[in-house]
Amino acid sequence: MASKLPRPVIPTLVAILLLGGWEWYVRSGRVSEVLFPAPSHVLQWFWDSLLSGELLAATWVTMRRLIIGFAIGAALGVPLGALCARVRWVRDTLGVLALGLQTLPSVCWVPLALLWFGIREEAVLFVVVMGTLWAVVLAVQESVLNVPPLYLRAAQTMGSNGWHLWSRVIFPAALPGVLSGMKQGWAFAWRSLMAAEIFVVIVTGFGLGSLLNAGRELLRMDQVMGVMAVVMIVGLLADLIFFSPIESWLRRSRGLER
Amino acid sequence: MGNRSETSPATAALTLRNVTKRFDGASGRVTALEDITLDVREGEFLAIVGPSGCGKSTLLSLLAGLEHTNEGTINLGDQPVEAPGRDRLVMFQQDALFPWLNVLENVLFGLRLKPDLTEAERLESARYYLNLVGLGNKEKARPHELSGGMRQRVALARSLAPNPRVLLMDEPFSALDALTREQLYGDLQEIFTKRKKTIVLVTHNIREAVCLGDRVVLFSPNPGRVQQVFDVNLPRPRRLNDPSLANLAAEVTEALTSHPAK
Repeated sequence: MASKLPRPVIPTLVAILLLGGWEWYVRSGRVSEVLFPAPSHVLQWFWDSLLSGELLAATWVTMRRLIIGFAIGAALGVPLGALCARVRWVRDTLGVLALGLQTLPSVCWVPLALLWFGIREEAVLFVVVMGTLWAVVLAVQESVLNVPPLYLRAAQTMGSNGWHLWSRVIFPAALPGVLSGMKQGWAFAWRSLMAAEIFVVIVTGFGLGSLLNAGRELLRMDQVMGVMAVVMIVGLLADLIFFSPIESWLRRSRGLER
Repeated sequence: MGNRSETSPATAALTLRNVTKRFDGASGRVTALEDITLDVREGEFLAIVGPSGCGKSTLLSLLAGLEHTNEGTINLGDQPVEAPGRDRLVMFQQDALFPWLNVLENVLFGLRLKPDLTEAERLESARYYLNLVGLGNKEKARPHELSGGMRQRVALARSLAPNPRVLLMDEPFSALDALTREQLYGDLQEIFTKRKKTIVLVTHNIREAVCLGDRVVLFSPNPGRVQQVFDVNLPRPRRLNDPSLANLAAEVTEALTSHPAK
């Protein structure tokens, strides 16, 4: 019977049931509304802060940091990754370093960034860049090393070498891998930025993480949960609007679609 | 044996003199090719045939300039072969088409590396060769949308379009089904007759070698050496099932199997 229903029906029903149950449970007075606000309260906060402009301002601050940090990380990571793939001793040094630093949770950069840059925008950017960079370096290195040698041989016999070989063969061939590296870098950047914003109140801008932390300090659980939902939605949207279309276009045009 | 394959340098496109190639493998040093002396004449279709491990693919890599000899010399005309160059294009066993380019762009790839052509001339040339292999209507298709046979045709057009002095073919038909292969034999002979190209084909398929080659060079393995050279004086276009072709193929097979195994 379930197979005859349109696919979104069951998830929608489950969502309504869950939220409804939650709402009912809180309103029945069994838990403290301060610690566990009902969905309607969270929604109310969302609406109010949207109207007051507070939420959009914070989202803008966060997105700007994320995009700038990610762009710097990717812009440094792609050539460094290519260099790692091309030159063995760079791979044995920088490549290994990248492997080590990638396992380091980016929150660990926060104390260092604060001492180096002070409580300033640069500190946040530094943490985001460190979160992005190593994942991108490793992904680019890996995907360049995995370019089928046959492509290189074919291109070389046709007279391609040097920059032409890189720009017309190696990079296009490595692009799917580079893109998934970027996606991973983006996810890391997002996490490290939240960590930085929650840990540090940066005077130069009040981002989503700061808003979340402010919610804790004001004991506004509706704000805490609301910001958490926004952080989740922004992450999903970035994937939906930016990465997924590029990825599926790449897969389709090369016949990799399952 | 070796003497029969030498001609005067004036008519030879490729001259190989005492070529030896060794590899350092995990189980010690392996001699892939030993003392190969061979000429490929201008406008000749030379087929190199032999069992696996006779170094025939290695020889093609040497001719392409993708590998280097340990001893001996290889010349194209009077120039030594030292690096890959677009005067010697290679058609590989797998089509090696670039999946991020469509059919026309793939054929244009080699042409775009020739600086002396205008873009219009490149386009014209690419379309000419795509038509020649019967794929004029597939310009915009992506490689993955084509069958294996069509992809090899595109690869053939891509190798022919920059007008190389020598076309090197490394078992280009071995991954195809029998029917497609036979069609391509026909197409290739037609193009060869029309364009008078110098072609070196490496294959393990004796019938294929006899069907396509003006001469068939039989290699023996461990280490790779020239065992015997056969002249194929059959009129073109040749059919794979032609009895005289089958007879000659049987003769080559006989020579191959009579070689004492080491």
